[in-house]
Amino acid sequence: MEIKTLTCIECPMGCTLEAGVEGGKAVYVKGNSCPRGRMYAENEVICPRRVVTSTVRAADGRMIPVKTSAPVKKSEMFEVMKKIAAVRPEGDVRLGQVLAEGIAEGADLVASDDSAARS
Amino acid sequence: MFDVIVIGGGVIGGAVLRELTKYKCTACLVEKEHDVCMGQSKANSGIVHAGFDAAEGTNKARFNVLGNAMMSAYAEELGVAYKNIGSLVVAFSEGELGTLSALKERGERNGVGGLEIWNRARLKGAEPHISEGALGALYAPTAGIVCPYCLTIAAIGNAMDNGAALECDFDVVSVRKEGGGFIICAADGREVRGRVAVNCAGLGAGKISAMFGDDTLRIGGRRGEYLLLDRADGDFVSHTLFFTPTRKGKGVLITPTADGNLLLGPTAEEVKGGSTETTAEGIMSVIAKASEMCEGIPFRDVITSFAGVRAYSETHDFVLGESERAEGLFQCAGIESPGLTSAPAIAKYTAEKIAARLALEKNPHFDGRRTPDHFFKGLSREEQNALVRADPAYGKIVCRCEEVTEGEIVRAIRRNPPARDIDGVKRRTRAGMGRCQSGFCQPHVAELLARELGLPLDGVTKCGAGSEILKGVSK
Amino acid sequence: MKREYQVVIVGGGPAGLAAAVRAYDKGARDILILEREARLGGILNQCIHNGFGLTRFRESLTGPEYARRFEREVRARGIAAMTDTTVLSLTRDREVTAVNPEEGVFTVRAGAVVLAMGCRERSRGALNVPGTRPAGIYSAGTAQKYVNVKGYMPGKEVVILGSGDIGLIMARRMTLEGAKVRAVCEIMPHSSGLRRNIAQCLDDFGIPLYLNHTITKIEGEKRVTGVVVSEVDENRQPVPGTEMHFDCDTVLFSVGLIPENELTKSAGIPLSPGTRGAVVYENRETDAPGIFACGNVLQVHDLVDFVSEEAEIAGGAAADFALGKGVEHGDAVGCRNGQDVTYVLPQRIDRRPGNSVKVFFRVAREMRNCRAVAESGGKVLAERRRRIVVPGEMETLLIPEEKLAEADGEIVVRIAED
Repeated sequence: MEIKTLTCIECPMGCTLEAGVEGGKAVYVKGNSCPRGRMYAENEVICPRRVVTSTVRAADGRMIPVKTSAPVKKSEMFEVMKKIAAVRPEGDVRLGQVLAEGIAEGADLVASDDSAARS
Repeated sequence: MFDVIVIGGGVIGGAVLRELTKYKCTACLVEKEHDVCMGQSKANSGIVHAGFDAAEGTNKARFNVLGNAMMSAYAEELGVAYKNIGSLVVAFSEGELGTLSALKERGERNGVGGLEIWNRARLKGAEPHISEGALGALYAPTAGIVCPYCLTIAAIGNAMDNGAALECDFDVVSVRKEGGGFIICAADGREVRGRVAVNCAGLGAGKISAMFGDDTLRIGGRRGEYLLLDRADGDFVSHTLFFTPTRKGKGVLITPTADGNLLLGPTAEEVKGGSTETTAEGIMSVIAKASEMCEGIPFRDVITSFAGVRAYSETHDFVLGESERAEGLFQCAGIESPGLTSAPAIAKYTAEKIAARLALEKNPHFDGRRTPDHFFKGLSREEQNALVRADPAYGKIVCRCEEVTEGEIVRAIRRNPPARDIDGVKRRTRAGMGRCQSGFCQPHVAELLARELGLPLDGVTKCGAGSEILKGVSK
Repeated sequence: MKREYQVVIVGGGPAGLAAAVRAYDKGARDILILEREARLGGILNQCIHNGFGLTRFRESLTGPEYARRFEREVRARGIAAMTDTTVLSLTRDREVTAVNPEEGVFTVRAGAVVLAMGCRERSRGALNVPGTRPAGIYSAGTAQKYVNVKGYMPGKEVVILGSGDIGLIMARRMTLEGAKVRAVCEIMPHSSGLRRNIAQCLDDFGIPLYLNHTITKIEGEKRVTGVVVSEVDENRQPVPGTEMHFDCDTVLFSVGLIPENELTKSAGIPLSPGTRGAVVYENRETDAPGIFACGNVLQVHDLVDFVSEEAEIAGGAAADFALGKGVEHGDAVGCRNGQDVTYVLPQRIDRRPGNSVKVFFRVAREMRNCRAVAESGGKVLAERRRRIVVPGEMETLLIPEEKLAEADGEIVVRIAED
């Protein structure tokens, strides 16, 4: 069994987690303060995922903050960034508006601010 | 063909250019950098010396006392802050007390008025932070402080308002004699022609002089490092405090600046070339020396450190007047301290020589007045509101630390000499000069520069080509 | 425009917005927010990363999302907000003078004032980092504004000094946008950022973190061309012979935040040397009656959630004051830092505050298996076990109301190691 030490990124506490890994799966998790920490460790040893936040340039030149609606595979983050760079929304954008569906497996690209609030 | 080409846009070149516009003549200033005031004139102590340091009979002694007497009116006409705060040379030993008496006598021979020797009690009363070891001081009531870059920029701007021309990024690489004058060539191929030229090239003065055929000028450089503290500490001392001079020079001083900061420095280190980098040793030595002078200096309020390289001639006196080896070249070289103080007097002297040489008449249309670049803060409420009504940009504060409005920044970009980069805006308006050191205002200043100069945002520079502040768009 | 308001709030960032909402909900109606930027939300508008609001909303929001939630609450209540408006001065008797392009310079009288101006970043100059002064030297927040708001890259090859959260976030952000972050250097033996940011901003991208290291020289005449990084000894002095050279075109500084208290000082309000913010009572009232402070202008917080919480205390108390229900503070005691604690807030606590008081503090060094203790006159008023405490993360200790009444003189907060 391999023992992995992880830092939980689920909340600002940043708990130090210990996961016992066997056959690519966590057989135990220690050091977590909450169930989210356990889930984080279990996912992290199988396939680490991250929410990607970035910006897109609207057709009028304003930068609109965006995020993926769900965590995407860590290994695909730069792939996702490339796709984000090609998104050029036209007209007004509302917070929560989907700007690109399926930017990664199980995740859309969503505006995280109103374009009216951006300079 | 210009009548006069002034080489070098520092405090001396600027003062000479402006003085020349008091005559009917055409004058052009050439500057190798992207903006004027990029050398030692932007990074020195800003002290208007009383005039007791230099030995009698030297150019330094003569022009210091003359310049000191002119400075108040000169700065006021140009709309530049000058404060006659007085200076104190502080003695820390019996031997130094003896030196103070000698300095006083020398000052009196040089024509410096009002010099007094203060005992410790008087000194401590005037400067409560003075350290325990201070025994007494030489008080010079005629000393003061002025903003050196404002003074330089204002003089050049006023000269331009009076018809002078300015060429920046003009790095002089060769000079040809032709007809009754010179053709002065820049690295980029530009040329200007003049009947006579004035060498105000600071560190480069030796090289320039040689291009005209006078290779007798030997110029060295001495780097001085400084620490600048927050405006909250501008009243930490109320006079300029000097150590008693030694053979090595005047040493580290502590002074309020004309803009209300506290300044510590400079060090003195011989350097080849003009690099103005700061060093750990230099900064430590400023801290150590300043701590010998005063107790409780709030070093936590340091907002920046910087360095300037002071040019000096190997004779250690100002080199002035028409070169004996290069006819038509007027030297203003080796202008180390007290060069800032002496600037108006050197300029007057030099312009008079040139006027005599070229038989120039007085210019009846000369208007020597200029308004400051950073001024909104100092206006009355009524004046401020009248200005905002006329131009709402004056109601938008861009630099919160120094309270600089968008209106002032745009004006500095449009008026003479035009600010064309981030540092140029900073030196003129103080935007970015404060405690956050441009952290908040730089993007806004950059946008105003981009808009006014018709550049993309990533075409804006800190101080000319190669110093672009950004590296392209993110996407 | 109106020249009198019940509550005037200086700053429309997260602190100002939360204070305004709470002041309204406590009964104040004439409320004015003065914001120097073009829009409300403060620095959150450029913090496009997620992780905000976990404590308050139990979800991970981006900065703009967090800001818009509060902005909506402000708008829903019809609270007046003037943007592009910079406050120039404040008097102890609550006259606020400001300027904007529409009104020019104007003065409003306030029943109560809430100071919520936030903080600024320490700059390179404040650290005396030697070397040249070329283009390419930015505080992390300025770089963040260029990338996230303006859409420009400050540089392509980056070395970051300081491991504050903004620096860590920018290491990831610039990496995702195609820059190469060569190193993050931290002069202390520990990071000042959150642990999860080390994990997700540096470790995820293989960016090295050099603890006990600092930049000892910046090179380049027009643009940064490189830096020299040296290891430091226990006195934080560079160790000769440990120099490493990094080629880079950009240096980012993330070396701490300083509350922006120039206005506070101009009103003659005393500051605490520990927090560099105003000395306050538990209701966040300063030494000047009716002037309150909250958020990063009062103490630099790690989390915006705590900023909102503190702002609600201040906003509520400001409304009370404006409505004639202010607190006299006649029965207050001092509260100060003891062993291994660098500061505490509030610095003054009423012994009958009407509720329990949460004391915020920071520790001087990393410690494990310890207790945070608040004592007064030999009596323990509150105690909390901690598995680990680090200087980079703010700690809290709740002193119950009934215990406060027992306070006998000054309250001291300290760490006890078992």
